[in-house]
This record gives sequence, C-alpha cells and structure tokens, in this order.
Amino acid sequence: MLSKRIIPCLDVRDGKLTKGIKFQGNLDIGDPVETARRYYEEGADEIVFYDITASAEGRGIFLDVVERVAAEIFIPFSVGGGIASVSDMRAALLAGAEKVSVNSAAVKNPSLLSEGADAFGAQAIVLGMDVRKTAVTADTPSGYEVVIHGGRKPTGLDARAWAIRAEELGAGEICLNSIDADGTCDGYELTLTRMISDAVRIPVIASGGAGEPRHLVDAVTKGGASAALVASIVHYGRYSIAELKQVMSEAGVPARTCW
Amino acid sequence: MIAILDYKAGNQTSVRRALEHLGIPCCITADPDTALSAAGIIFPGVGAAGQAMAQLAASGLDNVLRRAVREARPVLGICLGCQIMLEHSEENDTPTLGLVSGVCRKFDPAWTDEDGRPIRIPHMGWNTLSIRTPSPLLEGLPENAFFYFVHSYYIETAQENVIATTRYGTEFCSVYGRNGLWAVQFHPEKSGRPGLRILANFARFCGVEPGSPEVSSC
Repeated sequence: MLSKRIIPCLDVRDGKLTKGIKFQGNLDIGDPVETARRYYEEGADEIVFYDITASAEGRGIFLDVVERVAAEIFIPFSVGGGIASVSDMRAALLAGAEKVSVNSAAVKNPSLLSEGADAFGAQAIVLGMDVRKTAVTADTPSGYEVVIHGGRKPTGLDARAWAIRAEELGAGEICLNSIDADGTCDGYELTLTRMISDAVRIPVIASGGAGEPRHLVDAVTKGGASAALVASIVHYGRYSIAELKQVMSEAGVPARTCW
Repeated sequence: MIAILDYKAGNQTSVRRALEHLGIPCCITADPDTALSAAGIIFPGVGAAGQAMAQLAASGLDNVLRRAVREARPVLGICLGCQIMLEHSEENDTPTLGLVSGVCRKFDPAWTDEDGRPIRIPHMGWNTLSIRTPSPLLEGLPENAFFYFVHSYYIETAQENVIATTRYGTEFCSVYGRNGLWAVQFHPEKSGRPGLRILANFARFCGVEPGSPEVSSC
C-alpha cells in the first residue's frame, strides 16, 4: 500500500540553515548536510530544501550543498527557491535533486512548468503554491488566492484554477502552503487542502501549520493530501519523525515505518 | 567494476553515488566495450519510453544489452530500464528491447485505492513488495521494507518471471527476472537502506564485493 509521506523542510541561506535544528538530546545543528543526514536516519520520506539566498554567489554555494546532500542521503529530495528557468532546473537536478519546486516564477511564466516537464518529466516538477483566504469573487471563486514573493504579493489568481492549470501544464506534484496557517502550529488548512486535492489528480503535499502529530493525520485523511510538509514540529526537537509516523500508523494511516 | 549505462535518461548519477557510498567500483559509460567488459551492467532510466529507445538505438547500447543478455552477463534494469527491457510499452506505443517477454501498460485512472478514491498518477512514493519467488537480489531485506516508486506505466510479464508484486490500483509486477537478468520498477538508489541492500546484492552476484562497512547494516 502506498504510504503517506512526511517531508521535513529546510531553509538554507548562504549554505547554512537559517535556524539551528535541535534534535532530541538538544543537539543544535546548523549544517544542512548533517541535518539532512539526521532526518534520513530518522525516517524522513523525502526532504525539501529552500534556498532563500538572493545572490548568484549564494546560489553556487547552495548547489554545492545539494551535491553533498546527494552523496549522503539515499531518499528523494527536492529543491526550491530561486528557480526561474529550465537551466536553473537542470543545475539543481544535475547536482543530485530528484525534483525542483517552482513558485513565483511559474505564476509569472506558466510555460516554465511545461518546459520543465518536457525536459525532465512531470515527476521532477513540483508547483509550490502559497495561498491565502480571500473573498469569493468572480476572479477568485474558490475563496482562495495565490500569493507570491513569500506571501507578500497578491496575484489575483484563483488557487483552485491555478492548481488545475498547473496540472495541465505538466506539474507532477503540488506543494500547497497556506499563508494563513503557516507558523500557527494550529494545524494544516484542511478546507483548502481538501479542495485542491479533489481538484487535481497529481499528489498534493500539505504545508503550513503542523504543531501536533494529529495535524498530519488530519492533513491526509480530512485533507486528502499524499504527504505532509513539516518544519518547526520536528526542527525544535518536540517530536521526532518516528513519533509522527507512529501516531499516523495508530490512526490507520499507511506510513513507512521500517527504514 | 559495474557499468552504469549512460543514454541521457536521467538517474545514472544517483545510481553512481549509491554504488560509491557502498564502496562498489563503478563507472557511467556509453562505450560498448567498457560495458561488455564490466562484471555487470546497471540499466537505469527516467523519462519516456519512445525517447529512451531512440537514444539507445543512436548510441548502439540497445545491441550492447542484447549481447549482454545473450552472453548471460548480469544486468539490472531500474524503473524505465525495467520497463523497456520488455517487448512493448503503451507509452508512445513503443516497441522496446524484448530482452524479457512482457509489456508495459498505463495505470487506469478509473482504478481506486484502499479508500475507494481514484488513484493518483504517477504512482509516486513509498510502497511495499509481496515476494512471490525468492531471489538472491532480495536477500536480507526486512519483511516490511518500503521502496520509492515513480511511474505512470506498470509491467505485465509471465508468472514465471515475477519475483515480487506491489499493490497500487492493481497488483502489478515490481521485480522480475532470474539468474542475474533482473529488473526493479522502483528506485533502489533512492530507497534508503533496503534499496542499497539490493544494489549490494546485485554487485555480489556479479562477483564485486562492496567495500563499505555500511553494507552490513543495509
């Protein structure tokens, strides 16, 4: 049976994690390669790296990190942040990532999704969507709007319509981040997650809001997600990935419990 | 030395990294002589069947594979490699290598998962194997091991070829072959320790002993 995935997300700036990661035993780690290896050992099903560096120099350092990660962990991982062209995608995939995630760049230039899918296969192209609740209008009939630039800039795009379009263009997966839930630790935005999962036939990764293990269970059962992105719930040592998986298993959610 | 065939179809670098991690000497090559002098051949692949067959034909590696099989050299197909070792793929209606009898079909979007919802395609993520025939390739795996799959087409081959099956909408063949001509639908190079164990098992069958102490824990 296909298991539901748990995916830790790591933000990298100038080759370092933006926040130290505390593993159980309170070991504080700021090195993305070492942290990725620890999550791999702990049973992460996949890892996402976001490059939040702005400069070209930082970009090179990031790709070096990607290469070192690829030599140490033998599960899939994706990279996002700053990917705006097919050549950016190629550089990340050649460095060892399985998938690349595009967000703002796909809104500005939707054909990037189809160009990427044609060049590398749909399975390598993830659409990252930052979404927030808005009024139900003719332009946003779903009541959710796509925002870009880390949630600062509204686009007027309807979230549901954009997800459907992205699938048609060739995205192989959607990472759906709720700006409203992000950082609250109150749980994933389940209405949004269910709406997008039902609208497309590609896997949807729920993102934003996980604070308790049961939130992950809700994301995949009530929300219909194929995977759950996790950040602070695991980064600060509150729960290990194994504990999250145990809760999922006990709730009857198929999880990879042997690794 | 294990040769990893390079026909511009994606994941050969990931396979090389996994073998290097295991301390297994290997090279990525498109050269027929290098491939045919290796102790074994890994035939990887990500992408579409039509394009892959065109590239194999252009590089002459299709004949390298045919000769390797004729001479009973060990070959391990991975993912797309596993699919195009069969006779035909519904993907771009492509005649494929025909090294093993069987065909590749598209997952039916009308099939449902355990919850009765239509399956999502591709089949992407971690899934388990039901072992049908014991094989040295799968030796030493934990009973409940998971493997990482990414594919939109699945394999149909004769019962006697099937080593393991996996459930996704249907029960499909996920490992097949015998006597060193083997193929896996999932990505062993991205399946954590159980996947590394399969690569180490293949190398051992080829007479190449992995050099890394980590092998014992996979």
